[in-house]
Amino acid sequence: MAVTVLVLARSRNLFGVIVLSGIYSFLMATVMVAMDAVDVAMTEASVGAGISTVLLLGALYLCKSEESAAVRAPWLPLAVSIAVGGMLVYGTLGLPEFSDPRAPIHTHVAPRYLNESKKEVDVPNIVTAVLASYRGYDTLGETTVVFTAGAGVIALLRRRRRDRKP
Amino acid sequence: MRYDLILRVIAKLLIPFIVLFALYVQFHGDFGPGGGFQAGVILAAAVVFYGLIFGLADARKLVPEALVEAMTALGVLIYAGVGVAGLLLGGHYLDYFVLDPDPVLGQHRGIFWVEVGVAVTVSGVMLKIFYMFADRGKVDEE
Repeated sequence: MAVTVLVLARSRNLFGVIVLSGIYSFLMATVMVAMDAVDVAMTEASVGAGISTVLLLGALYLCKSEESAAVRAPWLPLAVSIAVGGMLVYGTLGLPEFSDPRAPIHTHVAPRYLNESKKEVDVPNIVTAVLASYRGYDTLGETTVVFTAGAGVIALLRRRRRDRKP
Repeated sequence: MRYDLILRVIAKLLIPFIVLFALYVQFHGDFGPGGGFQAGVILAAAVVFYGLIFGLADARKLVPEALVEAMTALGVLIYAGVGVAGLLLGGHYLDYFVLDPDPVLGQHRGIFWVEVGVAVTVSGVMLKIFYMFADRGKVDEE
């Protein structure tokens, strides 16, 4: 994965970049599977590697396939991203150990979901039970976000097309 | 539009299975991994695949643009409608166990319709974005 990211950052050929980002998504999906998050892995593989690759290729068709050289060396963005990355890594140091049973996330509502959902919802896949039932409001909001994104894209692209016509 | 026999035959072979897999992910989401979001994406991917091989015009004929636009809104409405149905039957918004005399069955019913709503919206939006992008270049992408 590290190799993929390095090549991604260095490459100037956009077609290669798109293919590589698809590969990166598949690698990410395998990491998710290794962490037992099959639902997320499936989403990553289908959205990250599938649909967005096709959309990016469609966008690539509209522009040149070589990235133009930067006007000046991007030192400030580099500094900002290193600073933010360092801060995030520093933040993870304060997190509980991976799969630590006494972590706050495992002592709050998770036991209830795991123990009671068989009785209350009776859906073997607890991820689905949490997503659609216990956290129904969140998923409704999520669906609305997807809808809003679609509406936004429609609004943006449609106006341009009408502008070009006359 | 080029006529790629191999691509077309393979696509015709594969697409039914992709759609079947989408339906499996949708309705088996209670028992295995998956659910509305993944199923919607896979379903959209099947149509995108069709569009890539057979041309955008054919994909438009198969899944008209008006239908896609309606789907984006319809999914959210289905989801919100489940909530309203719960209200009408005397529960809180998005309470599922009032949907059936047996509360557990009510949960099943609620989750089922909610997942349908998610799948419809997601596949609608994905397809719409694909149509828009592909249309901007005014090409049938091969």
